[in-house]
Amino acid sequence: MKLKLATALTALLVAGPAMADLVVPNLSYRTGPYGANGTQYADGFNDYFTLLNERDGGIGGEKIQTPECETAYNTEKGVECYEATKGNGALVYNPLSTGITYQLIPKVSADKIPLYTPGYGRTSAKNGKVFEWVFNAPANYWDGASVAIKYLLDQNGGDLKGKKIALVYHNSAYGKEPIRTLQELSKKHGFTLSELPIDPPGQEQKSQWLQIRRDKPDYVVMWGWGVMNQTAIQEAANIRFPMENFIGIWWAGSEVDVMPVGDAANGYKSLTFNGVGTDYPVYDDMKKFVIEPGKASQGGQFVGSALYSRGMYAAVVIAEAIKKAQELAGSSAITAPQLRDGFEALDITPERLTEIGLPDFGPEIKMSCDNHGGSGMARLQQWDAGAKKWSLITEFTEPDQDVLNPLIAEDSEAYAKEAGITPRC
Amino acid sequence: MEFLYASEVLVNGLMAGVMYALVALGFVLIYKASGVFNYAQGVMALFAAMTLVGIMEGRVPFAHLINAMFGVHVSHFGWTVPAIFGIALTALIMVGLAIAVEKLVLKHLVGQEPIILFMATIGLAWFLEGLGDVMWGADVKVLDVGLPQGISDGIEAATNDWLGYGFFIDKLDIWATVIAAALVAALVGFSQYTKQGRAMRAVADDHQAALSVGISLRFIWIMVWSIAGFVALVAGIMWGTKSGVQFSLSLIALKALPVLMLGGFTSIPGAIVGGLIIGMGEKLFEYFIGPMVGGATENWFAYVLALLFLVFRPQGLFGERIIERV
Repeated sequence: MKLKLATALTALLVAGPAMADLVVPNLSYRTGPYGANGTQYADGFNDYFTLLNERDGGIGGEKIQTPECETAYNTEKGVECYEATKGNGALVYNPLSTGITYQLIPKVSADKIPLYTPGYGRTSAKNGKVFEWVFNAPANYWDGASVAIKYLLDQNGGDLKGKKIALVYHNSAYGKEPIRTLQELSKKHGFTLSELPIDPPGQEQKSQWLQIRRDKPDYVVMWGWGVMNQTAIQEAANIRFPMENFIGIWWAGSEVDVMPVGDAANGYKSLTFNGVGTDYPVYDDMKKFVIEPGKASQGGQFVGSALYSRGMYAAVVIAEAIKKAQELAGSSAITAPQLRDGFEALDITPERLTEIGLPDFGPEIKMSCDNHGGSGMARLQQWDAGAKKWSLITEFTEPDQDVLNPLIAEDSEAYAKEAGITPRC
Repeated sequence: MEFLYASEVLVNGLMAGVMYALVALGFVLIYKASGVFNYAQGVMALFAAMTLVGIMEGRVPFAHLINAMFGVHVSHFGWTVPAIFGIALTALIMVGLAIAVEKLVLKHLVGQEPIILFMATIGLAWFLEGLGDVMWGADVKVLDVGLPQGISDGIEAATNDWLGYGFFIDKLDIWATVIAAALVAALVGFSQYTKQGRAMRAVADDHQAALSVGISLRFIWIMVWSIAGFVALVAGIMWGTKSGVQFSLSLIALKALPVLMLGGFTSIPGAIVGGLIIGMGEKLFEYFIGPMVGGATENWFAYVLALLFLVFRPQGLFGERIIERV
């Protein structure tokens, strides 16, 4: 009996995913200070691939495996997860952490495995000439900063001269990403920018909000994650800062960020590049093939939430890239370099999104050899505390490419010089 | 006006210090009675707050596990429990936890080096962290025991009339101050005027001597861990009300460390005074110096301040002076 048990256990340990399957490791975090956020994203990511497996038999007849590895949003653990899973035929990584992304960029470049970082990671990775293996469509942090400022311009009749905007940010690689862009935009549009860093995790922000109370900025823009978001929204409510003048990046725009604050969070706004809720045709199939048969990740308790939807959207883009790669390669069993070709030829049109069952869920994603970041379009959503749901309040808006393109070129070229990369395309 | 701004920062710093002191108190109680630095104190605050929310909302403990094992879909019992009963029930669970810790961990480590006991509390922290998630789920929970939050209109109006500038004071901070004061008074009263309190102090002074006069070390340990569990519950309620009950609540222990270094590991008044000094110091430093160095100085400054105190007074402000003769 013991021998049988040991044999079964050994078989389980060494088997891993079947080599014929398409392997998309899910570097998730369900524990630690950001576990509440990471769990929902990971569930959405898993469930879409489960749907493809159950409904379509996978992609092109190949089943998809999504082995999970817990990173706890810790950079060292994230790198360990990458090293532990890359040998199993991993096709692409999506670690949901800017810190982990920065560490993985040189590794995936050496190993020739695509790294897909939608809405996070290194912004200048949009330049595919330098970052051959990294993709960050549909939008990056600089796009987010620009779309937020464009929205404020719209709100102020196209003029932000003399206005004061405060940036409250997570004092980390992630939180610092938009500073450069906002500084450029403040020069261009004549608003005053004040920068208020908050040490992670961010439960204590009294000093920063007292400063906001004294300085009376017209708007506050936030780059936060985890408990920092709830605390900031609560502190804003405490000092009676008008919620409609408070805009978070998409990582500060989920239900977990506003629910703990209750009614006081009503009117808070955030950027987003994906739809929210279950009012999309894809959920008919999701219900039939995944949720009702009990195959949903973690029981499906977060289906339709902002972060679940974003995780699902990442899976949609990866699945479409795999499909495109299979077409290009003429084979269903693709390799990681072939998937890079699939990403570079990807064109998810509004019509295709409708076919998938997600009409108007995200902006069109069209990538190429030199453009790994898509259009950069994002929109705004606003929290309705009474109905406990997000409402979309703008259409997808393009960022100010005149400001962003030179910044991306400058940053990516500096990286190319430092890493000894010869630009391609 | 600059003076008024600085005064507002100072008052808010003192209030923040009270919140830090609430966490530090739990450490002091256990260290004082058993010489153990309880690494799990922050996680105990998280566990207590999660349990309180779970009880109040009528959540089914281990629902996720039950659903996975038996293919059912249970999550809530369908009832809610008033805050006061929820707090009482959670306090009882924390007593149960104290008994379990004594019986399963401490009892087996009597006479071991302090570092062994410290390591055991690290294990306890990991265990409790996992247990809390499995019991109640890792989602962010809303804790509402009826404590008010937001700017105190009365203080704002009064200071505006009096000084020409309305001070911001958070109502939750005022409550935290009142509750912390009551807690400290109760703890001091208990340790000074009750038989068990005196026994606790005797154990703190000398384990062997206390044992020789018939004091049960095991009972005292259970009692102290229960009180620390209750203090953790109070800290969990305050911090959980402020920013939701979630894993980060356990990290507030990091805020208590400089308070302990400054106030001393063995003094209840030290925890309070240490908390006030750290809270006030870090906020004023951030206000005056922060903008010159890019901000976010608070965490850093708290430890620097504590280290400075350590240089001149290694036992902390109120700690017992350790004299070892060779």
